[in-house]
Amino acid sequence: MNSSRKKEGQMKTKKNEKKTTRRSFMKNLSVAAAAGSAGLVTGGCVSLEKTEEMGLKWEEYFKKNYRLMTEEEKGETVARLERLAKLKGDGDIQMSSQGPRENVLYGYAFNISRCKGYMDCVEACVKENNLDRTSKTQYIRLFEMDSGQLDPTTGDGKYHHEVPVENKFYMGVQCYHCENAPCIKACPTKATWREPDGIVVVDYDWCIGCRYCLAACPYWGRRFNWGEPEIPREEMNRKQHYLGNRMRMKGVMEKCTFCVQRTRQGKLPACAEACPTGSRVFGNLLDPDSEIRFILKHKKVFRFKEELGTDPKFWYFID
Amino acid sequence: MTTNPQKESSFISDCIRWSLSGGIGFKIYLVALLAIMGTGLFSYTKQFQEGLIITGMSDIVSWGLYISNFTFFVGVAAAAVMLILPAYMLKDKDMHEVVIIGECVAVGALIMCLMFITVDMGGPFKVWHMIPGIGLFNWPSSILTWDVLVLNGYLALNSLVPLYILYCNYHNRKPVGWKYKPFVFLSIFWAISIHMTTAFLYQGLPARPFWNNPLLGPRFLASAFAAGPAVIMMVLIAIKQWTRYPVNAQIFFKLKRIIVVSAVINLVMLFSEVFKEFYTFTHHSLSAQYLFFGLQGHDSLVPWIWSAIGLNILGTLLFAFDPTKGNPRYLMVAAISLFTGIWIEKGFGLIIPGFVPSPMGEVVDYTPTSNEILITLGVLATGVLVVTLLIKPALAILLKYKETNA
Ligand code: SF4
Ligand code: SF4
Repeated sequence: MNSSRKKEGQMKTKKNEKKTTRRSFMKNLSVAAAAGSAGLVTGGCVSLEKTEEMGLKWEEYFKKNYRLMTEEEKGETVARLERLAKLKGDGDIQMSSQGPRENVLYGYAFNISRCKGYMDCVEACVKENNLDRTSKTQYIRLFEMDSGQLDPTTGDGKYHHEVPVENKFYMGVQCYHCENAPCIKACPTKATWREPDGIVVVDYDWCIGCRYCLAACPYWGRRFNWGEPEIPREEMNRKQHYLGNRMRMKGVMEKCTFCVQRTRQGKLPACAEACPTGSRVFGNLLDPDSEIRFILKHKKVFRFKEELGTDPKFWYFID
Repeated sequence: MTTNPQKESSFISDCIRWSLSGGIGFKIYLVALLAIMGTGLFSYTKQFQEGLIITGMSDIVSWGLYISNFTFFVGVAAAAVMLILPAYMLKDKDMHEVVIIGECVAVGALIMCLMFITVDMGGPFKVWHMIPGIGLFNWPSSILTWDVLVLNGYLALNSLVPLYILYCNYHNRKPVGWKYKPFVFLSIFWAISIHMTTAFLYQGLPARPFWNNPLLGPRFLASAFAAGPAVIMMVLIAIKQWTRYPVNAQIFFKLKRIIVVSAVINLVMLFSEVFKEFYTFTHHSLSAQYLFFGLQGHDSLVPWIWSAIGLNILGTLLFAFDPTKGNPRYLMVAAISLFTGIWIEKGFGLIIPGFVPSPMGEVVDYTPTSNEILITLGVLATGVLVVTLLIKPALAILLKYKETNA
């Protein structure tokens, strides 16, 4: 998108700034090295770190879309991001760029006759995925429903009372990882896509924050970082994935990733693991012996807004 | 285009001189615009630092004032075609006199559009991710990429054609038909396409039943062809008032006719939409209900939409039955009321209800913050400034050309 002339001007000055910082980075580096060897530096370390940070950010700014990166480039950016997190004071992050596993297509099934609305899943998700505490971002939402209804839009998504309530049932909603996802089609920069294992992900560094995908999603599956997301350092989950729960920045889109950092290691998503009632079933749709395949075959299942042709990988079922 | 650098520089310096020359009133006007732009820029730096959190938008209403205005001004830009078409295709002499004004308004409107998109973005420095070649351009899948193409293409067409004509006139030459006429024809189709594409941006989202409506595109066009010429009429009245450039009374008459026809078509389609939403009230009519009557106690748009409809009808009637036979003051009132009516209707009235209720059935109100309003005003002031600074030298050149060739 062509920005206005004014913005272009700003961009140029910013680029120039960066260029000079890079040049001065080199200069500073040699000066600091010389001074350091003389053993005379006192505050040198701080400025060295600053320049290192600038250099890393500069390289990050010009990196490619994740999908176009070679394995080597993926490794490099992950290393840079780990280093940047450390410089920022976030501690030792372990960031993975693990790819999809062979012959895996993830699917999710939610038992509406079992869920009691405890919201343990919501809490586990917030912690696992480093969701912004300031704006109280949640990927999962639970709707309290009156019997006789099956459409969560008629339910109460803001209930704040003791559960379970008699004659009510509960429906969890989140990104459904549509096979024919309108959000992917909408994105002007291909910053969001569906991985071979069926997970719809966002490259946070590539997203320009236009929010067209959010408008296109029929399930309200996406969340935008309106401000700078914040988490108390001690609560940060440092086991991260590039496409998953790594720290987001302001102005980018994010969403449920089926806990890509866990599921690609063969674990359950945090929500499924946390559920005390066993209402959440997660598994490989390509594995004929998986629990999810059993449910799809033997239970009464349905999907939300089936008429839109999005082909979600998320089913509701009744015992 | 040139071989003589000296001539070139005198063209540029003359244009700049003509742009900025003017009496004390004009100077005050410029300073006022710059001041508004300054506050806008200041608010934008704040938004840039803190993020879009300083706006009234949320995950539920995720586009607001910026995108509303963007949508409306795409219409204004497209409306230049209502002058270009008769001027070049039907060889209408009167229209030919003022077609340049239409083109300047289009350029100003497009610059506003691009600025509105930029201020709405979460990562404006990452725009290069969209540039084909160095970035990834999701074309043809994403309608937004189409919109980027058509808007920039239209901007290029609408700046280069007039530039060429003015440049020739400046050197007292007649522009060579084959060099620019093909582009004029192209720009006519292009004008339609910028508007349709912008409509498709919304129309193509099944997630939002309020937008997912085949009438959206055509209605966009009709309202644009009413509001756009209304803006051009306002500019023409101002030119007639404050400059010596001759504006023929016939032009007002012709513009008036265009406006009335488009406004009536727009109202008919509005009525058709309202009928569909309310005669058989379905689940998908909730957005319309929110817009016109309020939903679950949330009714912040209700006064706006009804005043918009009132102004729409008033403006249409004023244009249709003009007892003064083209009195500029009268026309100004009519143009302002129609323009404001469509502005509210196409902006707020179209974008916000698309998000309410949310796909999960939630109803929230959206109110723009003061920062958001200041940024919007800043962008508007920039557009007005651009139009002013383009029209002044253009008219000076045309006037000189006409006088020497009279
Ligand atoms: S639920 Fe929404 S965000 Fe998730 S894949 Fe489908 S369209 Fe995209
Ligand atoms: S907000 Fe980001 S992910 Fe969504 S459409 Fe825009 S660029 Fe793509």
